[in-house]
Amino acid sequence: MNQPLHFVPSDEFRQRAQAVVENPALQKSFRGAMDFLQNKRLAQFPDDVALQRLRDLGEAIRQYSLSKLPDLLETLEAKLTANGIQVHWAETPEDANRIFIEIAQAQGARAVIKGKSMVSEEVELNHALQAAGIEALESDMGEYIVQLADEKPSHIIMPAIHKTKVEIAELFAERIPGVDYTDSVDELIQIGRKVLRDKFATADIGVSGVNLMVAETGTLCLVENEGNGRMSTTVPRIHVAITGIEKVVEKLTHVPPLLSLLTRSATGQAITTYVNMISSPRKPGELDGPDEVHLILLDNGRTQAYADPQLRSTLQCIRCGACMNHCPVYTRIGGHAYGTTYPGPIGKIISPHLLGLDSTYALATASTLCGACAEVCPVRIPIPDLLIRLRTEAYKNPATAGEAVRGAGSAYSSVAMALWHGWAATYRYPTLYRLFTWCASRLRFLTPRKQGGWTRNHVAMQPAKRRFRDRLNRP
Amino acid sequence: MKKYGVDNVMANASNQKPQDVYFFCTCLVDLFVPEAGLDAVALLEREGVRVHFPEDQTCCGQPAYTSGQPEEALAVARQQLDLFPEPWPIVLPSGSCAGMMRHHYPTMFKGTADAAKAEAVAGRVWELSEFLVRSLNFNRPDCGQSCSVALHTSCSARRETGALSATRSLIQGLEGVSLKVQEHESECCGFGGMFSVRHPEISGGIVRDKVASIAACETDALITGDCGCMLNITGHAAKIGRPLNGKHLATFLLERTGGKTAAEGKL
Repeated sequence: MNQPLHFVPSDEFRQRAQAVVENPALQKSFRGAMDFLQNKRLAQFPDDVALQRLRDLGEAIRQYSLSKLPDLLETLEAKLTANGIQVHWAETPEDANRIFIEIAQAQGARAVIKGKSMVSEEVELNHALQAAGIEALESDMGEYIVQLADEKPSHIIMPAIHKTKVEIAELFAERIPGVDYTDSVDELIQIGRKVLRDKFATADIGVSGVNLMVAETGTLCLVENEGNGRMSTTVPRIHVAITGIEKVVEKLTHVPPLLSLLTRSATGQAITTYVNMISSPRKPGELDGPDEVHLILLDNGRTQAYADPQLRSTLQCIRCGACMNHCPVYTRIGGHAYGTTYPGPIGKIISPHLLGLDSTYALATASTLCGACAEVCPVRIPIPDLLIRLRTEAYKNPATAGEAVRGAGSAYSSVAMALWHGWAATYRYPTLYRLFTWCASRLRFLTPRKQGGWTRNHVAMQPAKRRFRDRLNRP
Repeated sequence: MKKYGVDNVMANASNQKPQDVYFFCTCLVDLFVPEAGLDAVALLEREGVRVHFPEDQTCCGQPAYTSGQPEEALAVARQQLDLFPEPWPIVLPSGSCAGMMRHHYPTMFKGTADAAKAEAVAGRVWELSEFLVRSLNFNRPDCGQSCSVALHTSCSARRETGALSATRSLIQGLEGVSLKVQEHESECCGFGGMFSVRHPEISGGIVRDKVASIAACETDALITGDCGCMLNITGHAAKIGRPLNGKHLATFLLERTGGKTAAEGKL
């Protein structure tokens, strides 16, 4: 397996986006998939008043949890340790991978089976394992498909949403030994299942993500639909969970509202087929479960977001993907064009903390600020406001940009700044504004025919012959 | 602070019909679509309201604000704060600029010497259709031929003002007009101000689909309360050679209810 590294340079973002926008088959496929997911979600929230109340609660729980984050993480570690789960702290992706490989090597592990985990994608665990001579196989069907295709997930919930049935059928026939072409979905699933079953039985380590961590009980909560999450966390001798530090809540009672929001917003399900609550390794006398459970807690820039009162709300996210399902930009360009592990609106606001604003600011500018994302966000992250903030950070003068966001000031250009100064200098003085607009309308025949990006899609704009203020009859 | 996903209708609508209003025409209307502003003024005056146009108005500051230039935005926005000394409503023929002044001014000016002034202005800002419905109880008989229209509501109007239901009810109140709903009606048109210039690839993909869905309705006109969306949608439709008859809501309302529009009057 040779999956590409997650980060594709931001300066090629526009070209990547264009290629997708101009591909009719992909356009149709994304539109269909997003419509389907939007309708599924909507069917789960028939009562808007109840939905808004639940969103208020979800937001309050996440904000409360974040307000106590350092304390909750300490409690969580103590509780998990008391329960027999080993906790590891990773500041960077490299730390996370090193910790994982040390756990694997201490046990002589050669094969790893993975449940779905976006944080493992974020740290590129598969690459690190491959380099260390450890085989890693994805067991979530969507993840398995993108791994077979040497690709990355294009959606945080539905990793292979960019692929059609026929593409998957061809992929299976080409890449899985002894498989004949079939485009029957049932048969394809059976084929995948058979490959994976064998691997579950032989893998030394099972990997999973975590949806929520409960501090008071030391519990890792994991929702999934395929049963592969339960298999990955119970069949192999060792279970290694990996997640971001922000996923902790204080009490067990905080879990149900968040899970309800998560599954309904993500896939339009009242609850997932499997809900796993993992609080310890196998105890004496128990029939199944791993001998060891490890939890790797990753920072990777999250503390940067945490330190800023406004940007902190980024960490409220429970990774449902509703923002991308409702985003007009995501619907047009799909997940891969972003070039980051997390695509869509949430990707635009989290990636600058993980990767630096210098390589990701183009993403923050690629939004109409329409607000569809914030309207559906189950925990009310004000995504458009955060996008404006990130734009502001990116365009600051590097000399005075400060350190709130790594890479702040990287989009600064003295030419652009001079233009904005000029604009403000004109529009802040009514006399100058009147002079400028008077000239623009009287000399409208001089209006350029080519107007940059605008005339690529539109006929040129031309000022009116006489302005509103000229035509308004006032004594 | 703006809350996403809840109704943002004016909370302070009074039962008393105002005698005077300020009109903030917006820079786009002033320079590019003056008819929309003139028709909005005509509509308001016909309802017996005195319309005051502060000559020193320029722009709400939104282009700079959404482009990550808060200082430039603040400098321009500050110029607007002193234009409205009387406690009259401030009416705008644009959901986008109204949303900017109503929701973003308080945030922008927070902690500055003008914070209180900004709050006071924000609390009096109305989008035109919402003002017509909720403050003036606009109710005039339709005198036009029967026709069909599609309606596009800008994202700011939809999410930052109460214009969505107001605009619909205004159009539905016109007897001869049938409102057709295009596919993905609630989706953004892809304008986004500077976004349409900075990311023409993506913006073009969004507006392409918007034009197609509106054209598929085969209506006589496309109505919108925002000139930004209108220039985006009709500008693209013209570019691809299937022009749409775009009209600002004010123009459409005025012509349907027997008023003389600025386009008819010509100069």
